[in-house]
Amino acid sequence: MHTPSTEARPSIYYHYEVFKPWLASAHPQQDRKKVVVVGSGPAGMVTALELARHGVPSVVLSAELQFSQGSRAICFTRRSMEILQQVGVADRMTAGGLPWRFGNSFYRGQRVFRMEAPHDADDRFFPIINVQQQFMEEYLHDACKANPLIDFRWGNKVTRVDQKDGYAVLEVDTPEGPYTLESDWVVAADGGRSGIRSAMNLQMEGASYEGFFVIADIKIDLPYPTERLAFFDPEWNPGNTILMHREPNGIWRVDYQLPPGETPEEALRPESLKARIDAQLAMIGHAGLPWEMDWSSVYSARTLTLPDFVHGSVIFTGDAAHLLPIFGVRGANTAFQDAQSLGWHLAFVVKGLADKKLLANHSAERVGAAREIITEAGKSTRFMTPPSPGFRLLRDAVLSLSLTQEFVRPLYHWRTSRPHEYTHSMLNSTGDDNALFKSGPAHGAPPQNVRLGANDFLLDHLGGGFDLLYFSDAPAVPDALQQVIQQARKQGLPINVIAVGASQPVTGADKTLPDADGHLRQRYGVPANGGAYLLRPDQHICARWLTLDATRLQAALTTALPQ
Amino acid sequence: MSQPTLTIDGLESVYDALATAIDQAGPDKATLFLVKLALLNANALADAQLFQQQITTALQDL
Repeated sequence: MHTPSTEARPSIYYHYEVFKPWLASAHPQQDRKKVVVVGSGPAGMVTALELARHGVPSVVLSAELQFSQGSRAICFTRRSMEILQQVGVADRMTAGGLPWRFGNSFYRGQRVFRMEAPHDADDRFFPIINVQQQFMEEYLHDACKANPLIDFRWGNKVTRVDQKDGYAVLEVDTPEGPYTLESDWVVAADGGRSGIRSAMNLQMEGASYEGFFVIADIKIDLPYPTERLAFFDPEWNPGNTILMHREPNGIWRVDYQLPPGETPEEALRPESLKARIDAQLAMIGHAGLPWEMDWSSVYSARTLTLPDFVHGSVIFTGDAAHLLPIFGVRGANTAFQDAQSLGWHLAFVVKGLADKKLLANHSAERVGAAREIITEAGKSTRFMTPPSPGFRLLRDAVLSLSLTQEFVRPLYHWRTSRPHEYTHSMLNSTGDDNALFKSGPAHGAPPQNVRLGANDFLLDHLGGGFDLLYFSDAPAVPDALQQVIQQARKQGLPINVIAVGASQPVTGADKTLPDADGHLRQRYGVPANGGAYLLRPDQHICARWLTLDATRLQAALTTALPQ
Repeated sequence: MSQPTLTIDGLESVYDALATAIDQAGPDKATLFLVKLALLNANALADAQLFQQQITTALQDL
């Protein structure tokens, strides 16, 4: 019998609702499901919402009866917000969030580096916005609840997954005992300690770093703007690093590294937390300022990934598929990209629009992304938590030089999460004009957002299927192109045609963007009428042409949907 | 074209200056001092490949 806690979690700023468990006895006999998503964190819920967007129903299983404990992921990147916009929760994130773009690194009381994240006038969202994870989960859950294709089940803990021929049988424990559930596909979004991954005995590749960090959320009134603060080798914690972030609702996140040999249990004792937070506040000139503890936890830096995310009927996503260091905000932000990718790839396979090869592509693309992140994150992790005496010496030499020498200061900049470009994806067209473009997003890149007017951006108009951006001031999309599009739609392919550059609605286009000043055309590097971009359902570019013709459009669609 | 090298006089000056600076840094900080110096030299050299060759050379016959 699975008995999740029915007591609301404690929090200074968030009111936890305890949901009722889903009980099999209160529901009719169940048929085999298309997709069961195990886990209701950011990866699980975004996968379910994207699947639903493509018309695929899913069951989401959450072992708990409430949202996760503590703020956990607090920094969300621009690309994450673009993905959350696609599933309908970006406005709520924006309403409660604190956007920012500057980071500061301090050593011996001197600011030795200031990071400035670029913010293009064509971007709707800031480089980063801080929102506590409970709120993000609440917004996603509300979107799931409002969606008739998503069957959300609280208090349902998966205890066993048996792979059969072409489907899986799950044993699900609940407060009234277990039931079994069959599903064609199982999405393992059950987090960093994935029970499914352990039970299947899958090994992750990569490195684990020594050393622990404490995360503590405190309520305190500090007179600083929303910028990241990093303190290196302070007197009260020699050799170690402290990070501070402002969160909404009067909360500050304080992360600090533990001296070698100290256990997480020792570090989380209230008197230990208090002494260190007081020391940090004293160092920044706010000794004695009252504060209250909300939540604390311990983490260590790891750069690990499964080498393949698809195993029979089970697909791993988010932290269940990889463990990434916290520096550079790569956990939830990577999970959103995983889930957005998985949503459409899996939906198209379930709907029979493509062969299972499409899932192999999903795995190849996202494993590639995880490995790229691991390479980048490894550099910052080796700076933040030097893994050997040599790395420590180099780090200390850089700290010392940085007080006077400009050239070492960029080493303080741990690269923040950015979307992976699927440059070598098998879905990219081979006969298009990608290499002939002088600018604009290339093969595999995420889209460049473009401001079209007041509160109106290009990405507001994209998504839900393939998008064809057709640049022309002609009154109609050429017949031959229209025929290819009609034919694709007849076969069930969702494809939107957006005409760019005509002042009147264009025949054969679902939408017309006038682009009177030619700015969108310029950002996409389209030199003349007849140019086009084909975007996948995750908005990454899979083909672009200086002059589109029917044969090459058909070829691009065929390549994007392997049979 | 071969790399410019130090004159004997120049090399002798570097020899004395480096030895004196190591002593000045003291046993606790000598390594840190040498690493800082190596980074400054590497930046002045502006050639990561040449620096790698020098690392290989310096690792010989320890």
